[in-house]
Amino acid sequence: MADDGGSNRTRRRSRRRRNMRLSKLYSFACGRRPSVADDDPAGSSRIGGPGFSRVVNAGVPELQGSNSISTTKYNVVTFFPKSLFEQFRRVANIYFLVAGCLAYTNLAPYSSSTAVAPLVIVLLATMVKEAIEDWRRYQQDSEVNNRSTKVFQDGVFSDVKWKDLRVGDIVKVQKDDFFPADLVLLSSSYEDAICYVETMNLDGETNLKLKQSLEVTSNLLLDDDSFTTFRAVIRCEDPNAHLYSFIGNIEIQEQQYPLSPQQLLLRDSKLRNTEFVYGTVIFTGHDSKVMQNAMKVPSKRSNVEKKMDKIIYLLLSSLVLISVIGSIFFGIATRDDLQDGRIKRWYLRPDDTNIYFDPNKPAISAVLHFLTAMMLYGYFIPISLYISIEIVKLLQALFINNDIHMYHQESDTPAHARTSNLNEELGQVDTILTDKTGTLTCNSMEFIKCSVAGTAYGRGITEVERAMAKRKGSPLIADMVNLNKPFQTEGQTAVKGFNFIDERVMDGNWVNQPHHDVIQMFFRLLAVCHTCIPEVDEQSGKISYEAESPDEAAFVVAARELGFTFYKRTQTGISLHELDPLSGKQIDRSYKILHVLEFNSARKRMSVIVKDEEGKTFLFSKGADSVMFERLSSSESSYRQVTQQHINEYADAGLRTLVLAYRELEEDECAYFDRKFTEAKNSISADRDEKIEEAADSLERDLILLGATAVEDKLQKGVPECIDKLAQAGIKIWVLTGDKMETAINIGYACSLLRQGMKQITITLETADIIALEKGSDKEAVAKASKDNVVQQINEGKKLINASSGETFALIIDGKSLTYALEDDAKGIFLDLAIGCGSVICCRSSPKQKALVTRLVKTGTGKVTLAIGDGANDVGMIQEADIGVGISGAEGMQAVMASDVSIAQFRFLERLLLVHGHWCYSRISSMICYFFYKNITFGVTLFLYEAYTSFSGQAFYNDWAMALYNVLFTSLPVIAMGVFDQDVPARFCLKYPMLYQEGPQNLLFRWSRILGWMLYGVASAVIIFFFSTTALQHQAFRESGEVMDLAALGATAYTCVVWAVNVQMVITVSYFTLIQHICIWGGIALWYVFLVAYGAITPTFSTTYFMVFVDALAGAASYWVVTLLVSAAALIPYFTYAVIKTWFFPDYHNKIQWLQHRNRGQPDSNHADVEFGQALRQFSVRSTGVGVSARRDAAALVRLNSKVYHADSPQLS
Amino acid sequence: MRVRSPKNASLFGSLTGRLRLTRHVAARGLLSLPGIPAPIVGAFSLIGIVFVPIGLASLSASQAIVELVDRYDAECVSASDKVGFIQDTKTDKACTRTITVPKPMKGPVHIYYQLENFYQNHRRYVKSRSDKQLRYKDAANLIKTCEPEGTSADGAPIVPCGLIAWSLFNDTYSFSVNKKTIEVNKKNIAWESDKSSKFGSDVYPKNFQKGGLVGGGKLDEKMPLSEQEDLIVWMRTAALPTFRKLYGRIESDIMASDEITVVIQNNYNTYSFGGTKALVLSTTSWIGGKNNFIGVAYVAIGGICFFLALCFVILHVVKPRTLGDPSYLSWNKEAPDHPN
Repeated sequence: MADDGGSNRTRRRSRRRRNMRLSKLYSFACGRRPSVADDDPAGSSRIGGPGFSRVVNAGVPELQGSNSISTTKYNVVTFFPKSLFEQFRRVANIYFLVAGCLAYTNLAPYSSSTAVAPLVIVLLATMVKEAIEDWRRYQQDSEVNNRSTKVFQDGVFSDVKWKDLRVGDIVKVQKDDFFPADLVLLSSSYEDAICYVETMNLDGETNLKLKQSLEVTSNLLLDDDSFTTFRAVIRCEDPNAHLYSFIGNIEIQEQQYPLSPQQLLLRDSKLRNTEFVYGTVIFTGHDSKVMQNAMKVPSKRSNVEKKMDKIIYLLLSSLVLISVIGSIFFGIATRDDLQDGRIKRWYLRPDDTNIYFDPNKPAISAVLHFLTAMMLYGYFIPISLYISIEIVKLLQALFINNDIHMYHQESDTPAHARTSNLNEELGQVDTILTDKTGTLTCNSMEFIKCSVAGTAYGRGITEVERAMAKRKGSPLIADMVNLNKPFQTEGQTAVKGFNFIDERVMDGNWVNQPHHDVIQMFFRLLAVCHTCIPEVDEQSGKISYEAESPDEAAFVVAARELGFTFYKRTQTGISLHELDPLSGKQIDRSYKILHVLEFNSARKRMSVIVKDEEGKTFLFSKGADSVMFERLSSSESSYRQVTQQHINEYADAGLRTLVLAYRELEEDECAYFDRKFTEAKNSISADRDEKIEEAADSLERDLILLGATAVEDKLQKGVPECIDKLAQAGIKIWVLTGDKMETAINIGYACSLLRQGMKQITITLETADIIALEKGSDKEAVAKASKDNVVQQINEGKKLINASSGETFALIIDGKSLTYALEDDAKGIFLDLAIGCGSVICCRSSPKQKALVTRLVKTGTGKVTLAIGDGANDVGMIQEADIGVGISGAEGMQAVMASDVSIAQFRFLERLLLVHGHWCYSRISSMICYFFYKNITFGVTLFLYEAYTSFSGQAFYNDWAMALYNVLFTSLPVIAMGVFDQDVPARFCLKYPMLYQEGPQNLLFRWSRILGWMLYGVASAVIIFFFSTTALQHQAFRESGEVMDLAALGATAYTCVVWAVNVQMVITVSYFTLIQHICIWGGIALWYVFLVAYGAITPTFSTTYFMVFVDALAGAASYWVVTLLVSAAALIPYFTYAVIKTWFFPDYHNKIQWLQHRNRGQPDSNHADVEFGQALRQFSVRSTGVGVSARRDAAALVRLNSKVYHADSPQLS
Repeated sequence: MRVRSPKNASLFGSLTGRLRLTRHVAARGLLSLPGIPAPIVGAFSLIGIVFVPIGLASLSASQAIVELVDRYDAECVSASDKVGFIQDTKTDKACTRTITVPKPMKGPVHIYYQLENFYQNHRRYVKSRSDKQLRYKDAANLIKTCEPEGTSADGAPIVPCGLIAWSLFNDTYSFSVNKKTIEVNKKNIAWESDKSSKFGSDVYPKNFQKGGLVGGGKLDEKMPLSEQEDLIVWMRTAALPTFRKLYGRIESDIMASDEITVVIQNNYNTYSFGGTKALVLSTTSWIGGKNNFIGVAYVAIGGICFFLALCFVILHVVKPRTLGDPSYLSWNKEAPDHPN
């Protein structure tokens, strides 16, 4: 639906805007972002110098510099060498390559082809995977490269493919098309040469940005024909990655004009609401800024994989060890063959031998034998481990992506595992660092309260207020359930962004209020002081607004609902329908906008200067209380105190507040400012921004206070429950937010990170003495005092924690203190303190601080951290954390682009971690353990057999059979386990969140478990080898009297290994699907199929296994009897161990499996579940005391205590 | 880039549905069965119930087999320099052994020779053969793998080449029961597949044992390889350094307390490497030859399983587990701050 409606709307919009000259109003819009090059404002003078050497002749396309892009890793030529190189960066693969090469010498214990085959298969599989991925990329690229655009050629604009575009081409881009390259805007369909651009693909922001060409070009270029004579030279910076800066100039008719980002149209952004634009190409293909920006996300490896590498090294060294042992024995045996000229084992002809078996040079033979042994025991190293894990993780990621429970219907967004190599890390998260706005909250603002002229209006109750009401001891548990009901239930007004109820001011009643003149000015300010664009629906006449931020939209909507409807924005003015207090009628008023003083994070305020119809000039200003109060006129303060108090109350209620004030300007003051401001804006010197700032600052003084607004940013659905579950799972949650401390604390209460009875340790520098100190301007002294203060506060906090037991602490620290706490000498103790606390909230923190805190937790604790956020300010922490999760929410895609996993809502984190994370961790660790087990089992039988061949290097099994062990007979079940196994069903993962602790404590991939599996592999091999060789040693094994030979005995032992290893999987797997059965029994069946098929091929190929099964083994009862005996003997020890373990020393998931079984008998009653859950909480891993249930428990405890108290008091009957 | 049409969404939904469906057709694994003893005890008992009878059957089959082993390498050489004696081609190496049969042996009685400490599985030895040469008439020159027994002294290719063939066992036995000579059937001692596919019926021995050093037995140059069953048996290399190989069969029954006299041509040199030689006469049953290990192991494993089952039952009676007790779900029982 979005498409049709959207285009209709945009068409209407464009018609309306056709003749607007918004350039003035929007002058700030493009410089809004801090641009890197602004650090070097003198850049314009450097044009032509180093880094600024590009010269573009507009209209004269250059030959070099194709616009085609390629994001592929390989091309046809480089694919082979490059992907192979990638493969051989793994130690295991290098080992197999060396083994494969050596297999062509006489050293090889088996034939060369069988040595190379598994490696080739594994490499091929990996390369096919790479090729498919790369092919997809190539197709995407080629789709982009073959898009067409209109280029001016031979007097007309004709269609040209993107890839054929050259620097200097003049292009005409139509509405809703993407820009094919970085262009300099020359002219547009609008008279004032503006155009709207949507930069979703660049920064994810969905609002439109305005660009405008230089007047000189727009005046010259009015239509297609004017380009025949157009020539210009553009000199500008070299290609770079700065999206928001551009330095250059354009020379037309020997006049130079400076270019700015205002004229730059970036590739991959989209032209919107503008019929067409003309532009000249300056950067093509990979030179374009978006491509320069496309840097690789730092690749992260999971802890499990890092540990796996260590295990591989361990195995490699044990491989070397047993090879050395074998070689020593071999050397001795070989030396003994010829003693004093007397031949001993004459049948080996030691007198006529070669270097490999030379009894006269046993040392050399032994060294060569060492190489042979290294090849033979290579089965210790699971060659297919890496590829199997990759396949498994891809499939796991598929499950995550397709989980309907993590699909957000409203925004049509499923979860998306962007990198699959961190799946199991999701099951090991120890600390979550979360952003607040947009992550915990919806980032959709609702105007809920206001304070005008000292009177507070608005009766709506915020979620935080509810939470606080509960905190203060009003009825508890019953209401708790209602906590997350949609808020609109009581007010019938379903206006987005407006949740204000107060009959005193609504429906025009405000005229009867004592300060109605102030109220009028207040509403007028709301309707005028902003940068929104109205959109009138032509059928219904309804007005909606497109705003920079949800806050602004909320204000304009509020003004509209209260009778000050902003409906038209013209080139220089704003028109309102206003309620006239005298006549009581709607009248239309328009205001001439003289200047807009933009909002930025340093100024923390925005102002407009308007002239009303009576000719009076006003400065309307709105901003944060901290900056606004100091700008108020000192005389006017009748309700200043009250307003301040209201603001504090609002902040307490978790609301975002702004102070509104105005001033009437004198004519000459206005003119003076106008001159000064214009001068500042037009200056191109280094201190341009400072000058503008100064000019604005001089005007925004002596304001008259109107009141304050309060906007609520509502908690996302399910956030408190999710946090509760995560806390129960023993995960620590830190909130890193840019908000005010009060707001942050209140949100903390609302989402149960804080609760009544928790001891709060607040570290802040907003103390009186520090503030006093700051008044004096000795910066060093302030810094030192602040640092000492912070350290002292931290130490006091630590003392407090150490002194008490059983209490839960919360740490709240503000950004300024954080700066000092994160310094090298303080961060250790800060971390100690923070770890001791149940909740940590860092407020007023900058993006950099967020990243630094993340790094501190990551490196300081050595545990897995997960950072979750939704905005560009969270990118640092998302990239810094072990796992970055992006919320694909309102603030665009930048966080998602940097993340490893993206989800639509915070609450999905619960399922992502507790279910998928746990499963993936449990699966991958079991899978790796099993992998080592199966390969060690196989490898050790080979080694044991060596002892019976005087370590000559003769393999127990046939070459091809060995080669296919990893690839065919044992590979699929383990992959199936890695994909499908569930130790505990999803429902129970969520019901018993403590299960998750198996991950952070790494219980399933601890060394004892890994080594246990390896030892078990050795034990299995010993049992299999000795049982089968003893059972079938030298007597006849058939009734017809034949005896075992090497091939038959080897095949029998191999059969036992295949059975044991596959049935072991049956014991290990805790969740069977059809696929698992097929894989396991199929693996065994494949072995018999192999025996028959391979045995049927000509003996030239099948050598020793020719007809070994059909002719010899199948007809022998002893073969089958021994298979059963040996497989059972190999498995019973583990089975017994596992039974005893689950029975007497169960792991956590075993316990839950029992509960699950118990519950299977009786239907799940919810009531029992609740009680059970409460009982469960008492045994939590560590009483973090965070979360809804913790609060409930604490409250219940309070009630219980009071009951006891009442029972004692005789008054109560 | 992130455009999702409603159509996509429904596709997505149905895909999920399908995935979920497959996951529902599933059962819980063995060990995730609850810890209540019934299934576990049942599993162990079942193993016991299956294994003990199989074990007893195997054991009785093995016990019924009559196996006579006569080691003769020491007794058949009287000289002190045993190696010198055996390497001397001129001396008469006949040696007579008498065996008394303790129990009746029902024919066919299989005759084996048993070598000990003979590494037929040595890599150098195993590889020293040419399968193509054994199979095809024209492949006589394919002797690359046969080193050092590839060519005779004059450089002509040996057929069959290689160390295995060269070291062919060449002791011979002739039997008489109660002084009456008994025919030894030497047919069908090799695998049928070997005779038909691995050894050519048109390949005849050439230059065999004409190298510098004579190894073991010689071959009849008139007989094709596919009929040289002693060679075929020998060429199937044994897995372990102690092995038996089928020599022939006595088709008739032998009564208890019959005296078997064996005249042995003691040619084969096991003295150099300290190996032993033995003559084995054995009957067979469905399980093959005599080996109590299979039966004993089966009974032992079955017994252990019964024992374990019993232990679990007793444990359950003595110390019953309340399942689903939430206190079991406590992490606090373990160290609160787990290292790792």
